[in-house]
Amino acid sequence: MTPPPTPDDPAFRATRTGGAGTSRTRRPAPGDLTPAGPGPAGAGGPGFRASYEKISAPRARRGNALHAGAWWLWALGLATAASRTTNPLLLGLITGVAGYVVAARRTAAPWARSYGAFLKLGLFVIGLRLLFSVLLGSPIPGAHPLFTLPEVPLPDWAAQGIRIGGRVTAEQLAFAFYDGAKLATLLVCVGAANALANPARLLKSLPAALYEVGVAVVVAMTFAPNMVADVARLRTARRLRGRPTGGVKAVLQIGLPVLEGALERSVAVAASMDARGYGRTAEVPPAVRHTTNVLTLGGLLGMCAGTYGLLAAEGAAYGLPVLAVGLGLALAGLRLGGRRSIRTRYRPDRWGWRAWLVAGSGAAVAAALIRAGTVDPAALQPGVVPLVAPTLPLWPAAAILIGLVPALVAPVPPKEASQ
Amino acid sequence: MIRFEQVSVTYDGADRPTLRDVDLVVPEGELTLLVGPSGVGKSTLLGAVCGLVPHFTGGTLRGRVTVAGRDTRTHRPRELADVVGTVGQDPLAHFVTDVVEDELAYGMESLGLAPAVMRRRVEETLDLLGLNELRDRPLTTLSGGQQQRVAIGSVLTPHPKVLVLDEPTSALDPAAAEEVLAVLQRLVHDLGTTVLLAEHRLERVVQYADRVLLLPSPGAPPVLGSPSSVMAVSPVHPPVVALGRLAGWSPLPLSVRDARRRAPELLPRLRTPVAVPVPTPAAAPAPSVAPRPDLAPTRPGRSARLARLFRRSGAAPGPAVEGAAADGAADDGRMGAPATPSEPVARVAGLALRRGRAEVLHGIDLRVAPGETIALMGRNGAGKSTLLATLVGTLAPTTGTVTVAGRTPHRTAPQEMVRRVGLVPQEPRDLLYADTVAAECEAADSDAGAAPGTCRELVSALLPGVPDDTHPRDLSEGQRLALALALVLTGRPALLLLDEPTRGLDYAAKARLIEVLRGLAADGHAIVLATHDVELAAELAHRVVILAGGEIVADGPTAEVVVSSPAFAPQVAKVLAPAPWLTVTQVAQALAEPAPDPMPVPEPEPEPASPSEPAPRAGAAG
Repeated sequence: MTPPPTPDDPAFRATRTGGAGTSRTRRPAPGDLTPAGPGPAGAGGPGFRASYEKISAPRARRGNALHAGAWWLWALGLATAASRTTNPLLLGLITGVAGYVVAARRTAAPWARSYGAFLKLGLFVIGLRLLFSVLLGSPIPGAHPLFTLPEVPLPDWAAQGIRIGGRVTAEQLAFAFYDGAKLATLLVCVGAANALANPARLLKSLPAALYEVGVAVVVAMTFAPNMVADVARLRTARRLRGRPTGGVKAVLQIGLPVLEGALERSVAVAASMDARGYGRTAEVPPAVRHTTNVLTLGGLLGMCAGTYGLLAAEGAAYGLPVLAVGLGLALAGLRLGGRRSIRTRYRPDRWGWRAWLVAGSGAAVAAALIRAGTVDPAALQPGVVPLVAPTLPLWPAAAILIGLVPALVAPVPPKEASQ
Repeated sequence: MIRFEQVSVTYDGADRPTLRDVDLVVPEGELTLLVGPSGVGKSTLLGAVCGLVPHFTGGTLRGRVTVAGRDTRTHRPRELADVVGTVGQDPLAHFVTDVVEDELAYGMESLGLAPAVMRRRVEETLDLLGLNELRDRPLTTLSGGQQQRVAIGSVLTPHPKVLVLDEPTSALDPAAAEEVLAVLQRLVHDLGTTVLLAEHRLERVVQYADRVLLLPSPGAPPVLGSPSSVMAVSPVHPPVVALGRLAGWSPLPLSVRDARRRAPELLPRLRTPVAVPVPTPAAAPAPSVAPRPDLAPTRPGRSARLARLFRRSGAAPGPAVEGAAADGAADDGRMGAPATPSEPVARVAGLALRRGRAEVLHGIDLRVAPGETIALMGRNGAGKSTLLATLVGTLAPTTGTVTVAGRTPHRTAPQEMVRRVGLVPQEPRDLLYADTVAAECEAADSDAGAAPGTCRELVSALLPGVPDDTHPRDLSEGQRLALALALVLTGRPALLLLDEPTRGLDYAAKARLIEVLRGLAADGHAIVLATHDVELAAELAHRVVILAGGEIVADGPTAEVVVSSPAFAPQVAKVLAPAPWLTVTQVAQALAEPAPDPMPVPEPEPEPASPSEPAPRAGAAG
């Protein structure tokens, strides 16, 4: 195996400026046109080249890692955009943008493999939505019947808006498909954030008072893969005893040892954390403690009331201020609560200009589609009655492409030779 | 540094204390090795040092334990975290974060050290343990030795005065174990850390110890002294000590180097022309002349009973083992290495196995004859367990063929396969589902289609004195292994596979296992063991196969392969090289029989250091 090119190697930079982390998605890039080597740089001249190299994405290291929050904001921006449209072309474009960025910037870490699972989950959601629409019917009126299933007669008291079997129309299927595609795209966006952002790093950015809750969440998340491995191991062991590995009985017999294993592992991790100083607290005066409790509780109540006000029809006037006050109180409570924790943080991620760009690109996509929803609602919500082919609205589509910015500016993860 | 004053620990529900009236002082800045048979409370003693006993485990601790002046009664484990670092046997159970660098920083974060201090200490620790290359790697992608070093590093960064380790090398191959022990020695010598270490595999650690703390039996007072004085009385000891005791050397040698200096005195006494002391059942009537009390069977007459049981498997063979079992029965258990013409029990030809893009196994050819015992060795990740899995049929080969007792394992139904080949996995507990030993036995009988009571009889032979209603989880490590072995043997498989059988076993349990496996081999069962334990391989195996990077790099009689290898040679072979003795049992026998060899073995004396032997460390692992 040849050693990987080092960052100082001009050839390395040339291939990297394409913006793609994998050779599969590599496109010709300006850098490819310049001769590799110390000779005179290409058309841009040395000045252009130097400034370009300054801003082109560096190889990811611990020190320049993108803030995990930036990835989540970017993904939530895309998700917001997806929630504003049912146009399958736009939804497909959003999925494609998220997928491209994941392909270009994900690492070899275990959590990065979850993207495929989310894609499959999305397809499953679409399939399920279609299936329900076919089986249970739909209130959408339709003029294009495709086929008719035998209808199960239901007693009158049960038939209030429920139907099993019956006529299936193209309109109803199109509606179900659009609806399912929207949900699937949301899932894919969450999956992209999950694949790109290290959950443990995100935890480091939580306020100190929430740290212990966050640890519980992260430990729980790492348990899922371990349990999957346990199931595989125990199924193998069943074969060794000469028993079939499928069937309900197998699941029941494997289930208990798997749960026991998970419990033992959590006890072991808890012992390890305890022995390593987890949960050490500083002494705080009782007054501070009580104030913290009051602030946090009051803040949460305020937030609940404010949210209710926003959602309820009549309370829109006081909803927003109450929500703001509640949020403020809760934040103050958290800040004060952080005094109990003596934890320090080792190399937390820094929020630099690359993080601003990544988060901003997601926000821009969201803002553009929200705006498009008011300007041109017909394009974003293609009609199903009457059935028309969806069109690709040009400027919202262009806006979605802004979401590709992370594939250019985020640091490039090294290709690891890990198993 | 560590002081126990009249300490007794009683767990809830136990009828007697696990530790009783322990009084001791562990000296500062030394490596103290804690030894003792299974179940004497070693882990409890270690847990009491870091405060996990009783704060975390429950139970009652009487007396007083102080570490660096802090009383564990008033200090919870987290308040001792800056003076005691604890590392267990399984590093994966120790990790809280997911990347090497974060793991090293975790303890310091909990203690609230300043970011600049943390940064500096992480860099220092990365260098100290040689982990700099791995700093950004996810922990799950590391090898066992690397994980164990990270675990040690993660408790070193808060600069504890005391390091407590419970069997840190038992899951590691010999090379990785030396890696970890070198780090520990460096800590003691360079940083003055006090290290308290419990380990079953004494042959690996005893020469590094400054002091040995012996817990001779449950409830007995501990003995603390210099390694050679304690080893002279210890019921558990490495082969080199057994050799020293046998030869009557004083002071006792603790390392191969010490013993080699004395070896010239011993060699003339061994000048019987024993050609190849292949560890065959006949050549090693271990219990009768064994100098070690723990080698003797725990109950007289058990061997005979065992033999009767196993022989029945020859008389009533499973449908496809006629050839194999009949051979074994005809030989009446007195054959040597049954190499020649009989039909092999298992045949592997051109086997390759890929997992994704990784070729886990490549070009494997192997024949296993009835009655033959093969030790499969190689570092962690070399493909040993994978090879066993293809033999038992849980993994299908990518190319090549595997035939076991005339069948292709992965295409045969599990119910049929269980009568031809049995595997005891690395974690015997995986095989156990039921609540009681009796229920397990019934299930095993019906799984294997054996007569009711077959399994229970095997259990009684392997595990005397275990009542029917015992929960399998309450058994000790060795007992659990014996139970799993009995379950697997219920199907009377012609081929028996064991994956790391001696992990977590003390010397006595290991001796019992060796006795049982010898009986099985004598009765015609072919046995393949994947193991890191060179002493076990030397005691049992007729043949050693060394895997590296998924390929066979050495395959030959145990004496030839093992003696020429620095990593896989047992201690006795290292001491007496170039003479061909491998185990203390063989040496004892040679001493006891000064007459010319009573049992000539046809093979010529092997070249002890055959240069053509490929080095077992060649090739790359994963």
